[in-house]
Amino acid sequence: MSTETMAWPTARVASRPFVDRLHEWVTTVDHKQLGIMYILYALFFLVIGGIEATIIRIQLIRPNYDFVSPQLFNRLFTMHGTTMIFFVAMPIVFGFANYLVPLMIGARDMAFPRLNAFSFWMTAFGGLLLYFSLVGANGLYGAGNAPDVGWFAYAPLTSLAFSPGHSTDYWTLSILVSGFGSIGTAINILATIVCMRCPGMTLGKMPLLAWLNLVMSSMVLFVVSPLTAAQIMLLIDRFLGGHFFDSQAGGSAVLWMHFFWIFGHPEVYILVIPAFAFMSEIIPVFSRKVIFGYPIMVAATVGIGFLSMAVWAHHMFTIGMTSNANSFFVLSTMAVSIPTGIKIFNWLGTMWGGKIQFKTPMLFSIGFLFQFLIAGLTGIMLGAAPFDWQLAASYFLVAHFHYVIVGAILFALFAAFYYWYPKMSGKMYSETLGKWHFWLFTAGFHLTFDVMHIPGLLGMPRRIYTYEAGRGWEIWNLIVTIGVVFQAVGILVFVFNLVWSYFRGKPSGNDPWDAWTLEWSTSSPPPAYNFATIPTVRSRRPLWDLKHPDDPDWKYE
Amino acid sequence: MTIPQPNSVMPARGPVAMYSLIAAESAIFTIFVVAYLFYIGKSQTGPQPKDVLDAPIFYSLCLLSSSLTIHLAVEALRKGRGRNFNMWWGSTILLGVIFLFGTASEWHRLIYRDGLTISTNLFGTTYYSLVGLHGFHVVAGLLCLITVMAFALMGTVTSRHAPRAYVLSLYWHFVDVVWVVVFTVVYVIGR
Repeated sequence: MSTETMAWPTARVASRPFVDRLHEWVTTVDHKQLGIMYILYALFFLVIGGIEATIIRIQLIRPNYDFVSPQLFNRLFTMHGTTMIFFVAMPIVFGFANYLVPLMIGARDMAFPRLNAFSFWMTAFGGLLLYFSLVGANGLYGAGNAPDVGWFAYAPLTSLAFSPGHSTDYWTLSILVSGFGSIGTAINILATIVCMRCPGMTLGKMPLLAWLNLVMSSMVLFVVSPLTAAQIMLLIDRFLGGHFFDSQAGGSAVLWMHFFWIFGHPEVYILVIPAFAFMSEIIPVFSRKVIFGYPIMVAATVGIGFLSMAVWAHHMFTIGMTSNANSFFVLSTMAVSIPTGIKIFNWLGTMWGGKIQFKTPMLFSIGFLFQFLIAGLTGIMLGAAPFDWQLAASYFLVAHFHYVIVGAILFALFAAFYYWYPKMSGKMYSETLGKWHFWLFTAGFHLTFDVMHIPGLLGMPRRIYTYEAGRGWEIWNLIVTIGVVFQAVGILVFVFNLVWSYFRGKPSGNDPWDAWTLEWSTSSPPPAYNFATIPTVRSRRPLWDLKHPDDPDWKYE
Repeated sequence: MTIPQPNSVMPARGPVAMYSLIAAESAIFTIFVVAYLFYIGKSQTGPQPKDVLDAPIFYSLCLLSSSLTIHLAVEALRKGRGRNFNMWWGSTILLGVIFLFGTASEWHRLIYRDGLTISTNLFGTTYYSLVGLHGFHVVAGLLCLITVMAFALMGTVTSRHAPRAYVLSLYWHFVDVVWVVVFTVVYVIGR
């Protein structure tokens, strides 16, 4: 290791005018600034998507309620799903990858800094386009504003006959545009990891976060592209009078389902693999042990990457496929649980016998482990076709995928926020507030999403505007909505903690967790050029080698 | 502490990124090809492919041979032979333009003689989308090639730029390979 961190002068420099700083951020090509912009952009939309979810839950709090109109309800769940997947989860994942990957592999920036900025602004433009529909879609037709076709926009709902006006056009264009941004970023991350590693960092010595983002980026290439193609087809149908999904002219609505879910299912893994990446960095540091089973972890991730592209039609058991197709997709879905199980055991193996420190990132990581396991178990239930026939499109399904996306992915993201906040801001967050956030959010999460399984089992379909009394759903829906209050307060504590600590937090120092990967060898926040001299590594834990020259890792790897 | 410097040579980022882009583009084309194959023979009204399509052999040969000329151009640039580079690069552009002319005249014939547009039937929708998507990529490639040609005529392209020209040639090869697939699907299987 040849990076000794430099001592930085503590004297305060007079702050520059606001316009200057704004100009710097808008025109930046620096991976750290772009990463932070991705993350802040996603947090902004997280709050918007959260407000939409809250309104949905208020509407469902009791039977025969009319807090919002049925039309608005359709728009709300469409916008909530589209926002959360495309403009919260994707950008936040890319933001962390942008910020962390070059630092962790000892590079000064991404392989293509300008492509990086271009991709970010494409994604940002996509989000604006989606919400511009509120103003623009009304247009000449007077037919609804925001999109209301559901986040997977099944044909023929999206045809001109059922979606007049421009709301669906805004939906498809926003996803097309942000898809170009995603593909650009994926190419960039891939090229960065393949070509920009510092001397000595062979593929086998990369931090797991880099490995998992490599797999994630490769998946984006093969998975977001079909969605892009499908959106082009939808645009041809809507603007040029094509018949791709027009069943009256012989087109097939089922083809759209296939094209959408060829994207849609691997997308879950595109989001959860970076979550795995955070776990694989955070759990070892707070267990004070090296990660258990590094090569198996890499192999399992690559295995998940391949398998996840062969399971898409388990979203379509209820449309009536042949029994051969059903069997294939049941078996491939079950097969995913093998590499996923291996990962869970590896994290447990890492914690086993370790000196576990229950800091906020570790609390969220442990929450992730429990909840991801349960999400996986209901996933196996829904992956069995006969069970799925009974409960597809019920609230059981809604509870299942929110368990994955909130219980696993969002919890991992919170862990990542607290873990890397000191590096990104240079300030330490408040541990007390962090623990409040964890307990409030965990309580709220379980109130909402554990209980949500029950009305699903009792037959409550998803996406209904309201329901009649006397079906036994009332009490469960009430509890589900009460859980939202705890989650919302938890999020407020989280945002307050981020903002307050940025201005009032104690300086964190370069390496507050006594961690082992290269980003902790830079100052907090890192200088624009990342490393004064490009480091050389000999093991998977370069900072361990530096701190323990008497007992370095490379002797044993 | 001194650690012996391990020797490690990383791959160049240009080709890696281009191969990644090609992977993504292949996925897009795959979806359009699947849609084309799925809808063969499902049009409810005419015209049908066998009535109106003729395989554009000459134009396809032009496009495929442009892969050879661009390869020769990059080789010439590597060796610093500027004039040869200009000649081969120019012929690549010419062959690409001839191919596009072929597509244009085919479309003109289909639209004005046979009355087949993108909204006529499923065949029209899938045919114009797939061939059009490929044509769009040829146009994009040609714009890049012409940009390089302009710089070359101004005399600013040297052997230093050979790796970059090579990255562009990868894209052009991809466009050619896709045409082999599109040709097979549209003019052989689908007819």
